[in-house]
Amino acid sequence: MVLLEIENVHTYYGHIHALKGVSLDVERGEIVTLIGANGAGKSTMLKTTSGLLKPRLGSIRLEGEELTRYRPHEIVAKGVVQVPEGRRIFGRLTVRENLEMGAFAITDRHQIESNLERVFNLFPRLRERQKQLGGTLSGGEQQMLATGRALMANPSVLLMDEPSMGLAPVLVDIIFATIRQLHADGTTILLVEQNARMALQVASRGYVLQSGSIVLRDKAESLRQNEMVRKAYLGET
Amino acid sequence: MKQAIKIGWIGGVVAVLLSLIGMVEAFSQRDIIAHVISMGHTLLLIVAFLMSYLSAKRTTAEKSLTLLTHGVCTGFWVAGLLVLLVVIGSLVNLRKVFINASPLLYNLLTFGQEKGIGLLMLLVLGSWIGLLGGLFYLSPMILRRILLISLGSIIGAGVLQDLLRPTIALWGPLAIINEWLYTANGLTLQGALGLFILITTCLMFWHKKGKNLQSGFRQLPPAPQRILKGFGFLILVFILFILPQVLGLFLSEVFTIVGLYVLLGLGLNIVVGYAGLLDLGYVAFFAIGSYTVAVLTSPELGFFNLSFWQALPFAVLFGIISGVLLGIPVLKMRGDYLAIATLGFGEIIRILVLSDFLRPWLGGAQGIGKIPKARIFGFEFSGPEQIYYLILAGCLLVAFVSLRLRDSRLGRAWMAMREDEDVAQAMGINLVATKLLAFATGAGFSAISGAIFATKLSSVYPHSFNVMISINILCVIIVGGMGSIPGVIVGAAALVGLPELLREFAEYRLFVYGAVLVAMMLLKPEGLWPEAVHRREFHEDEEKEPDQPEGN
Repeated sequence: MVLLEIENVHTYYGHIHALKGVSLDVERGEIVTLIGANGAGKSTMLKTTSGLLKPRLGSIRLEGEELTRYRPHEIVAKGVVQVPEGRRIFGRLTVRENLEMGAFAITDRHQIESNLERVFNLFPRLRERQKQLGGTLSGGEQQMLATGRALMANPSVLLMDEPSMGLAPVLVDIIFATIRQLHADGTTILLVEQNARMALQVASRGYVLQSGSIVLRDKAESLRQNEMVRKAYLGET
Repeated sequence: MKQAIKIGWIGGVVAVLLSLIGMVEAFSQRDIIAHVISMGHTLLLIVAFLMSYLSAKRTTAEKSLTLLTHGVCTGFWVAGLLVLLVVIGSLVNLRKVFINASPLLYNLLTFGQEKGIGLLMLLVLGSWIGLLGGLFYLSPMILRRILLISLGSIIGAGVLQDLLRPTIALWGPLAIINEWLYTANGLTLQGALGLFILITTCLMFWHKKGKNLQSGFRQLPPAPQRILKGFGFLILVFILFILPQVLGLFLSEVFTIVGLYVLLGLGLNIVVGYAGLLDLGYVAFFAIGSYTVAVLTSPELGFFNLSFWQALPFAVLFGIISGVLLGIPVLKMRGDYLAIATLGFGEIIRILVLSDFLRPWLGGAQGIGKIPKARIFGFEFSGPEQIYYLILAGCLLVAFVSLRLRDSRLGRAWMAMREDEDVAQAMGINLVATKLLAFATGAGFSAISGAIFATKLSSVYPHSFNVMISINILCVIIVGGMGSIPGVIVGAAALVGLPELLREFAEYRLFVYGAVLVAMMLLKPEGLWPEAVHRREFHEDEEKEPDQPEGN
């Protein structure tokens, strides 16, 4: 069943035509990845979905409901939550305060408590460090915190923007392990990645974005075998 | 040793500078302790003492003897530069450039003695002070604190003698203190000694028993604890309530001015401290509050002739509306651009009020006069002693609202927005509403302050609302500590209250103001009474090692 449906989206930065009619869909419980080079429009796609950018044309639907007419905070309340690129945690707030801020859209205290418990179980590291300042965490821990913060809002679709960016390989493995864990818990994820190899390992399906257009769409398995993907994104010859 | 001489150089240059700009000479008109030490000498003494303390602190030497030598060396060097000044001054006529390099100054620096002996005395004294600075560093923390506070109070009592004397004279039978404490110029010697002993004993006693008292208080069951706390609060309210009766006209006036700035500061604190929106046109809302009350109440214009209390809600309402109106066009702006746009807004309001076009309604450059005083049950808030209560009530109300807002959902949204706007939005925070609410709340508080300002002065002029007010309020909250409510009060007292108290030294006000700001930014960038989140940022290292001894 299709949960998030993006159809023929055109987004502009001033005169620059950044997304030229992108269509993709994400089914419930699925990990879908969007891969592409720098400047292909991956982050633009996520920002358009979460309402930070308005598409000039096209439609984005969550369970059939049109999202493009809502403002960003309303889209969060609908359940489309983004883990921003570069983590962007609140460095001067403690880990716990960061997480509580993530639950801003939720008003039910018990719900917030149980979400907090869930995040701490998923990332025991964060429980240990809950009183520490966000800014003093290591890069990997910050990524955990950013992910946990997004989970606090009860997302029905999690938009992850480059979670592996700037992390040491061993930490990248840990982050992808948690993505698998989230998947096992039934979270639906739209994953934007430059690290195509890792992304195609966790995702069930993938889209390849090039200069604002989808050039390939297939099962992750098949994309890994694809000649062009192997050359351009997996660095194989 | 190199380091000690370097610090000596800095101190010496500061001392020479203070002498050349005439501060030492001007201050020496007044004695701190009659016939013992003047303010001018105290100033130089403080410089030398502080520098030798610093040099003892900075040195890497382990032995206390070398440490003391460093102190002495610095003190000597500071005095040496002053000696150099006197020597050069007697060879060359410095007055062509520095008009304050007068014979009187040289006379002061040589203690009225003959040149040779005087200069020698200066050098010896400098070294002694250096030694004392070193010893001060070596003495235990608690002794340092006690000495600092008691010596500070003596200097304070001496500097503020012209204010304290008439105030004490108001206290009926207690006025006799004056005779014991003060002469016509400066403290009496026995008064200074008595004060020193009194304060030192009190502090010693507190040091010995204070901890016991505190832990004893904590061990009490909650019910008596609450009663005691309530009692303490009642005492505080009582003190605040009788303050104008005790302090007299001038000090009450100072308190009303500080209170107005506290009100303004608390409002701007919401916009800048809580929400992180740098607003430089804040004076506009102050003006709008003032002018609303003026137009609605003044019989000079005769449009409405409302009373103050009837006009006040309109003032707040217009303040809030204009806050939203300013907020809408600048919604997308951040940081520097926001600052410039709001700066413009502040000027627009002032220029509009000045304009000929609006003159029939707003009075143009002549302003609006005859604004009636506020009255309640036949009690008129006429002079500073009465307006004080109006402002006190306003401050308490606004402080309470600020406190509640900070811990509310809205307060958390402001905090998130201050830390990172984009992420705040991604957390589901409605940026537009949150920003506008910050502007509106701040503007509303400012309008209350403006309304009180109008009835306090009975008249409003466009010139009262220039950009310097905005800058001053911003300085108040920066110095006090961004986002902190007690910080605003401390900041207003320090930046607005102190200059009012030191009015007689008006010539050097801006100089001292600037020096204090620079020193603050270097030594305590998070403010005098910072909010928790900001304190964390500047003292991350200390948080990890909470046992680290404090520097001073």
